[in-house]
Amino acid sequence: MKRRDFLKKSAGAGLAAGAAVSVGRYGYPWVSPPVSAKYDMVAIMGGNPDAMFDLGIQELGGMGAFIQKGQKVLVKPNIGWDVIPELAANTNPLLVKRIIEHCFKAGAKEVYVFDHSIDNWVNCYKNSGIEKAAKSAGAKVVPAHTENYYQEVDIPGGDRLKKAKVHELLLEADVFINVPILKNHNSTRMTCSLKNMMGVVWDRGFWHANNLNQCIADYALFQKKPALNIIDCYNVMVKNGPQGVSKQDVVQMKSQIITTDWVAGDTAASKMLGVETGKIEYISLAHKLGLGNMNIDSLNIKRIKM
Amino acid sequence: MRSPFLRTFRIIFSSLIFICFFLLFADFKYLIPSKYISILLYLQFIPSAVKFYDLLTLASAGFIAVLVLTILTGRTYCSFLCPLGIGQDIFSRIGGRIRKKFRRYGFKKPFTMLRYTLLAATLIVVLLWGVYLLTLLDPYSIFGRFMTYFGKPAVIVLNNFVAGILGKFDIYSLSHSVVTKYQLLSYSIPVVFLLLVGGLSLAKGRLYCNMICPVGTLLGLVSKVSLLRIRFDEERCTRCGRCSLGCKSSCIDFLQYKVDLSRCVSCFNCIKICPDKAMLFGIVKLKKKEHQTDPEKRRFVAGMVLFLLGLPQIVRGQDKPVPVPQKASTVKENRTTPVCPPGAGSIEDFNKHCIACSLCVNACPNNVLEPAILQYGVTGMMQPVMNYHRSFCTYNCTKCTEVCPTYALKPLLMEAKKLTQIGKANFIKDNCIVKTEKTACGACSEACPTKAVFMIPYEGNLLIPETNSDICIGCGHCEYACPTTPYKAIFVDGNAVHQAAQKPEIEQSEIEIPVEFPF
Repeated sequence: MKRRDFLKKSAGAGLAAGAAVSVGRYGYPWVSPPVSAKYDMVAIMGGNPDAMFDLGIQELGGMGAFIQKGQKVLVKPNIGWDVIPELAANTNPLLVKRIIEHCFKAGAKEVYVFDHSIDNWVNCYKNSGIEKAAKSAGAKVVPAHTENYYQEVDIPGGDRLKKAKVHELLLEADVFINVPILKNHNSTRMTCSLKNMMGVVWDRGFWHANNLNQCIADYALFQKKPALNIIDCYNVMVKNGPQGVSKQDVVQMKSQIITTDWVAGDTAASKMLGVETGKIEYISLAHKLGLGNMNIDSLNIKRIKM
Repeated sequence: MRSPFLRTFRIIFSSLIFICFFLLFADFKYLIPSKYISILLYLQFIPSAVKFYDLLTLASAGFIAVLVLTILTGRTYCSFLCPLGIGQDIFSRIGGRIRKKFRRYGFKKPFTMLRYTLLAATLIVVLLWGVYLLTLLDPYSIFGRFMTYFGKPAVIVLNNFVAGILGKFDIYSLSHSVVTKYQLLSYSIPVVFLLLVGGLSLAKGRLYCNMICPVGTLLGLVSKVSLLRIRFDEERCTRCGRCSLGCKSSCIDFLQYKVDLSRCVSCFNCIKICPDKAMLFGIVKLKKKEHQTDPEKRRFVAGMVLFLLGLPQIVRGQDKPVPVPQKASTVKENRTTPVCPPGAGSIEDFNKHCIACSLCVNACPNNVLEPAILQYGVTGMMQPVMNYHRSFCTYNCTKCTEVCPTYALKPLLMEAKKLTQIGKANFIKDNCIVKTEKTACGACSEACPTKAVFMIPYEGNLLIPETNSDICIGCGHCEYACPTTPYKAIFVDGNAVHQAAQKPEIEQSEIEIPVEFPF
């Protein structure tokens, strides 16, 4: 074989191989999360993020109630911003680490962590302290900064958001754990569990351009819902959110909310932030779509003070 | 010295240098610390000379070292240190292989008029106006642009292919990178030069260096008086002519025992080739070859041209899709000034010092820089300019100012960079989603690192952006994040002279630490 022919043939073979591996799509054979917890919500106050989680998850029957042995787990914190942990724009790394440890203890085969960050992703992963914390607990920290990590899915019943490209690991994981940090937000007034989903989709710009509040609520219709929402309210950015400018934007609330109902979780969080729940439009939109309960007075809430 | 190992030494040394420069520009993971970059760039002739002109310090006197080296050893710079020269040697070698049988150069007359005219023109332009012609002709900058437009994209495509396969096996240690798309028109200059330099080196060895390159011509003048030089041992020479046929500079006239020192790049090929050990590196000659068309070669060339023209197209497909809001925006952005990277001081000053090597374009971890087409006018072509439609300037980053080899971008401390206003945000309310769609957005204010873009109450429960130019630094994150098309509702207009922004005001928050659950 001449060298040129060899090159031509090997280039052709390479392309074919590349095409073959990129064709495979995902089905939806998901295991639904086994939800049989004692409480709808556990709220903890007064400890460190990891210690509060230890106590809280115990009240819900331990991580084993949500994860079966051998399952793949996605832990999705907020890693959107290139800032240090003290500025509280990203989820507390200590909390992320402890959650991963609980997942492995409950028998998880693999734990993944990613976020479609807003600032430069390498800097966000590094400076948030989350990459290091998650890796030290044994999780795989996965990139989410290019379109090819995303797969298009339907949002059945979505009013403005009918399709979205979501990260392949959200589809691949058996259990999805949402770990937002509570923050003030400049236009929706608050970012928490529901809005944290803007970090699993590729095209956030579409949401902004097509009724942000409606899109946030619409996305919650997507069938892959979080088994657990763990809301980090340890350091809370109460103004200049969601990015923040200085430490003066942060109030140390030393709290945490753990719930299976993200609408209820966001309602409780809005009260922590001191914002009228009615002003956060996506909460009531999601409530109307039947995606959760914003009347948290009717819920069975366990409150713990450490 | 007549040892054939001189050539081996040259090949090993220059390969190492080439690999260093290749990695420097292809470093898409941004792993190489800036201090190593400046060491590598110290001996690059034009960057060092431009920097010296500004600073007059020994730390920037690398080009003087090169001149001294040339006086001592001739144009060794061209063979040992110039990445473009070494790259041409690689091309020449490939060219020799394509020919299958050994390719013969032979002695040629120098293009005396052309090369000295180009050198004189470059010098005159540089002395009277600035670096304008150099931006096109500096060999290091040409190499830099080749890497920016072809080398780095090729490396990233390879990386993505491997990362894609690994990803299927649940291995995420290699991650995808986006191949940067530049504007189609800006490919014209590197493509023309690649065809010129590549074509000449494939067929004619170092002809580019000896006909066009102003650095080559200048060092050629100096090397005429060099201490060490290639010369004939006339007693041993049998006039077989092999030295001349193997000379990629076509500068050996063996009939007259003469080596044209202004063109000799001290590659030592002649020493290795000579069967009689009659060439030595320590003073002082010919001939030709026939032309034949080779259809295979023509096809190859046509294929390469198609590939080069197609590359930008392949690359273009990788951009973020433009979101489509319900209504198109109607008011055109009124841009008056391009945005020049931080550290430039002023656009005028920057245009005079930047040699358009595009190292900053490659070093930028956020891919916000691109070589300009006509943003700075004809004279500023290929100099870096901010493109806020593709990306934005990271708040915590001073990378471009750290790597700039000519001081066109002066080093900035992080705190100073955070207060350097390179442009100002302008809000166009009539394009804004909040006004046109009556829905919440705030993408611009969310992205703003100083809250120079903030939200104020609008109709009903809605909030709408407002800008504060005093604390805006012109990073462009607002413009990048704004989802309106075809015109943005917020855009950054450059400052012709960079200014100092005020520090954002910091107020203690009024919310107190809770002691009881509020629910």
